[in-house]
This record gives sequence, C-alpha cells and structure tokens, in this order.
Amino acid sequence: MGLVKSVTGIFTGFSFVYMLVALFYQYFFVRYGHLDSMVSPGFKITRNVSPEYLSASLSGHWDRYQTLPDTEQIFSELESENVQTFEVLTDPSFRWDSQFSAWLLKLQRYCDRSKIKLMLSGLPEEAHTLHQLATAVPLQTSSNKTAFFSINLFQSIIKGLLQWLEDFVLFLGEITLGILRIFRLRSDARRGDFFQFLHQAGPAALPIVTLLSFLVGMILAYLGTVQLRQFGAEVYVADLVGVGMVREMGALMTAIIMAGRTGAAYAAQLGTMQVNEEVDALTTLGIKTVDYLVLPRMLALVVAMPLLTLYSDILGMLGGGVVALSMDITFTQYVHQLSGAFAMSDVMTGLFKSLVFALLISFAGCQAGLACGRSSAAVGKATTTAVVTAIVYLVVADAGLNILYFQLGI
Amino acid sequence: MIEQPDSKSLSEKSAAIEVSQLTMKYGSSLIQQNLNFSVQKGDVFVIMGGSGCGKSTLLKHMIGLYQPAAGTIAYDGRDYFSATDIQQLKMRKRWGVTYQSGALFSAMTLAENVSLPLTQYTRMKPAEMADLVRYKLALVGLAGFEDYYPSEISGGMAKRAGLARAMALDPEVLFFDEPSAGLDPLSAKRLDDLILQLSQSLGVTIVIVTHELESIFAIGSNGVFLDAQTKTQLDTGAPSYMLNHSAQPLVRDFLSRGQGHQQRSGEICR
Repeated sequence: MGLVKSVTGIFTGFSFVYMLVALFYQYFFVRYGHLDSMVSPGFKITRNVSPEYLSASLSGHWDRYQTLPDTEQIFSELESENVQTFEVLTDPSFRWDSQFSAWLLKLQRYCDRSKIKLMLSGLPEEAHTLHQLATAVPLQTSSNKTAFFSINLFQSIIKGLLQWLEDFVLFLGEITLGILRIFRLRSDARRGDFFQFLHQAGPAALPIVTLLSFLVGMILAYLGTVQLRQFGAEVYVADLVGVGMVREMGALMTAIIMAGRTGAAYAAQLGTMQVNEEVDALTTLGIKTVDYLVLPRMLALVVAMPLLTLYSDILGMLGGGVVALSMDITFTQYVHQLSGAFAMSDVMTGLFKSLVFALLISFAGCQAGLACGRSSAAVGKATTTAVVTAIVYLVVADAGLNILYFQLGI
Repeated sequence: MIEQPDSKSLSEKSAAIEVSQLTMKYGSSLIQQNLNFSVQKGDVFVIMGGSGCGKSTLLKHMIGLYQPAAGTIAYDGRDYFSATDIQQLKMRKRWGVTYQSGALFSAMTLAENVSLPLTQYTRMKPAEMADLVRYKLALVGLAGFEDYYPSEISGGMAKRAGLARAMALDPEVLFFDEPSAGLDPLSAKRLDDLILQLSQSLGVTIVIVTHELESIFAIGSNGVFLDAQTKTQLDTGAPSYMLNHSAQPLVRDFLSRGQGHQQRSGEICR
C-alpha cells in the first residue's frame, strides 16, 4: 500500500509541476514571445513654429501588440490652444498597423469637428492611402436607432393602435370579399389545399390535444376535490369537471394548442412564401392571395376546431373520472353525476367559442404571415406576432363571450 | 448628331408600355420620381442603375404589385392603376414575370408550378396541359424535370423553371428581375441567349432589370438608367448608344465600368 501511495504522490507532484511549466511557457513565450523586439510607442509635441501650428512626432511601434500611449495630451493641447493646423510626423523607428489607423481616424473626426486642418504628409505612404480610403465616404450622420423612451410614447401607442385597427379592418374586409366569392363560385381557392390543411389542423393535432385535455381534466378534478371535501360534497367534482371542460377549458385549451401549433405554422408558411416572392408570383399570375392562401387555411381550422373541442371535452371528463375513481367515487356515481351536470346548451356555448377562436387564430396567423418582411428574421417575427396576437385575441374574446353568456343567461 | 442605331420610326413600332411622370415612394421615403419612358413592342428593354436605386421597385410597379405615388403606367394606351379589377386581370394575363429567386411554389412540382396559370385561366384537358407543360419545360432546357420539387434543383434551374411558368400563357410581355444574379458566367450567358432567342422567335416584349454589363450589351435594345443620388432617370436609349453618346457622364461611366471616366480625366489633364 505504501508503495502505491508514494507512486501516486510522485505522479501527482510531477504532473502539477508540468502543468505550471506549461502554463508559464504558454503565457510568456507563446503569447508574448514575439514581443521582445518591440519598441514601445510614444510621441513628442512641438509647438514653437507659430501659435496656430502644432505638430506631433510619433515614434515606436503603434500596433495592436502595444498599449497606445495616452494621447489625451494631444487632444487637450489641440483644444486649449487656438490651433489651426496639426501635422503628424513620424520618426524612423515608427511602425504601424490598423490599431494606429483606428487612432488616426479618431483624430481625423476630432479635427473635423473642431475645424482643425490635419496634415498627414509625414506618414508612411501606405498608412496615408488607407486613411484616405477610410475617409473617402463621408460619415453617415442620420441614425437608424429610434429613441426607446421617447416623449411621444403616448403618441406612438395611439399610432400603433390606429395602425393595428386599420390592418385588422382591411384584412377582415378582404376575407369577407373572399368568402363572398366562394358563394358566387368565382373563388381562386382550391379544394385540394383545403383537405390538406384540414388534415394538418385536425387528425394531426389529436395526440397533443389528447394529452393536454386529459391532464386539464385531472387538474380540474384535483382542484375541485380539495375544495369540495371540506363540505363532504366530493361527488360534485363530476359537475365541476363537466361544466368546466364543456363551457370553458375544452375550447380554450384546444385554442391555445392550435394557436401555438397551427397559427404559428400558417404565419411561417405564408411568411416564407413572402420572403421567396411566391406571394408576388401568385399576384402577378392574377390569383387572389386571400382566396388561394388564406381561405383554405381558415376554413380548415373552422371545421377542425369544434370537432377537436368536442374531443377535448370528452377526454377532459375521462381525466377527471380517473381522479374521481381514486377518491372513492364509483364509476356509476361519476357518470350519473356527470350526465346531470350540463345541458346541450352548455356544449353549444363551448362549440360557439371554439368557432370564434378558430377564426381568430387563423386570422392572426395569416395576417402576420402576409405582412411578413423580406428576410428570414422577419419570418421569426411574423410567427411570434401570430402566436402572441392569437392568444391575446383568444383571451379577450373568451372574456367577452363569457360576459355575453352571463348577460343572456345561457 | 448620330442617329440611335435601334430607333425605328414610331409607325413601325408602337409603345407596349408607356411610363409617364411616375413617382415611387416606399412609405414616406422617395425612391424615384419623374420617370418617363416607353417600351416599344418587341424591345428588350433594360432597367439599369446602381445597387439600391430602385430598379426592382420600378419593375414591381410595372407589374402592378406596388401602387405608384404619382404618375401613370399604361399598357397599350390604357392606364393600369385606374383600370377596374377585371381590366387589370385581363392585362396581367398578358404578362409573365420571373423573379430573382425563381419564386417557384415550393409545395408543388415543376409541372404543377407551370400548369398553375393554365388551370387558372384555361379549360385545357389534363393530358393536353401535361403536353404543354412538358413543352414549356423543354423550351427552357428542363425536359424530364416535371416531377422534381423546387428544392431539388439548382438556382439556375429554378430561374429557368420560373421562366417556363411565366411563359405558360404565351405572354406578350415578359418581365425579368435580375435574371443572372447569383449565376456563374456560363449559366448567365445561357440564360441571356435564351431570353434573346425567345424575344426574337416569339416576338415577346421583354423588360429586364439587371446591372450585369455583359447582359445589358448582349441583349438590351433599349433601356432606362436610374440614379440613386438624383432619384430620377438620367437617360434612356439603347445601351450601346448610351455607352458613347450619353449626355450624362455617370451613365457612360457605368456602362464602361468606369473606363470612360478615366479616359476623360486623362484628356482633361493633357
């Protein structure tokens, strides 16, 4: 044992020393090894010719391996005295690279601002040429940045809202005209597209709707059981799950899934087509984009969403049932309680909601897609806009519909 | 005064497209103003100018995608933007447009892409349509590619397929947006030859946006030169004529790749 320990110790010790040596080597030789022939940069200011003339003679290596000397002195001299002309001279030890050129550009900008004539004829010819190249095109003065917190924040909000309203109304009008064209059998919409989108928005969405609806049913059941147990009325959990799913959660959960899934897909599809000039190509072929691209998608979602919502209702009740069974409620009790919990009108309220949600999701998705810019970044932005707008629309519409139902007593 | 080599008397040729006092804006920023030129029937008309001067924007105005801020664009004497929807559709059916990237519909095969305008506007039987599509694809050198998807072919092929789609309805005017951009010199040359052959054998009027000098001289019979600085047209005429005789130094510089300018400054020095 002693032998093993000492061998390990020696090994560890050696590797530690080796590590230090390697670090040292890397730090001093690899990194800075080539610097031994360097001359540190410096400058000397001369001002004895005339009060309006100042010159600085640069020496040493003005490059990226050296720290440039503190040239604040030059700038302060230029500022304090009434200098009209500043000449940059160099002595034979002077070397330069783009680090120096960058400093020179800064100096040039300063001199331009203070109306000082900068004379550079003393520089090496290459440095002078490069400097002329850098200053050939005048500085772009207008900025592309917009002030984040502008005084006109309120104004810009109003402007944004008006713009949103205008876009909304215009797109709504186009869609309405498109729907009218379908009834007049003059539409450019194609049946094949519709069935393809119906498949994407319907059957293809079943797995995720199954999972989430089942879980939402369970969540509702747990929530209800904990509260109802205090009154010994656990059996009413069936009512809570039934009414909750049918009137509210079925439609809303399906809508949120579809906003993230299908609404985003619509925006991305149309946005990519916009980037690829396909939308322009359609227009010049005389095909109405609303008919050809928007309406099949919208109709597919309008057909699929109520069906998915019904499915989601049933799955939610199943999920609630699983929880109820684990809470000493028999299956028969649960089903009996459930069957008396809601009426057909309750189901209808949920289905009507899902219809409205489908319109809103496809509206937001297609509008964002068609308004997409001409870059790949714009597609991402369009997708985000589609989902965010759709969810805002959903929640606002849901609140509105609930108020309406309450007032009407449905 | 030297006569323009390609200018024939107006009775022989008549204007297919007449642009007058056109002003283009993007939002509130001015792109070009006071554009006046006409494209004669059978012309290969080149829209020239430096990068970012609004060449493609002008093309998009001419194909009715963007609404002009002022001025008119008339086809056979009828203003496009004041026409009714149905008249506009009738005019559009007589044009074909090929886009910078080809703009093929990525969800469709090449054959479906080319047949889309046919299904939209004709009552051809599927078999006839398939024959016609095969012919149009063969015309642009894509015979046998009917069932390929746009993602499966190269950029040059996509542009040619776009051309086949633009020609599907036997248009009277063909618009090209930077046809040779992003192509190697040989493919670009082949596309130029194709355009020239089509214009000569089909008698199609061609409007083309490009800044490739080789293309400009090889195929252009007439053209307009846009300038980004003054935001208006500098000159119109045949490119080969403008090269030596344009009153605008910038146009001569552009067409001679800056060579003319050097010669002239040399002359001044002497």
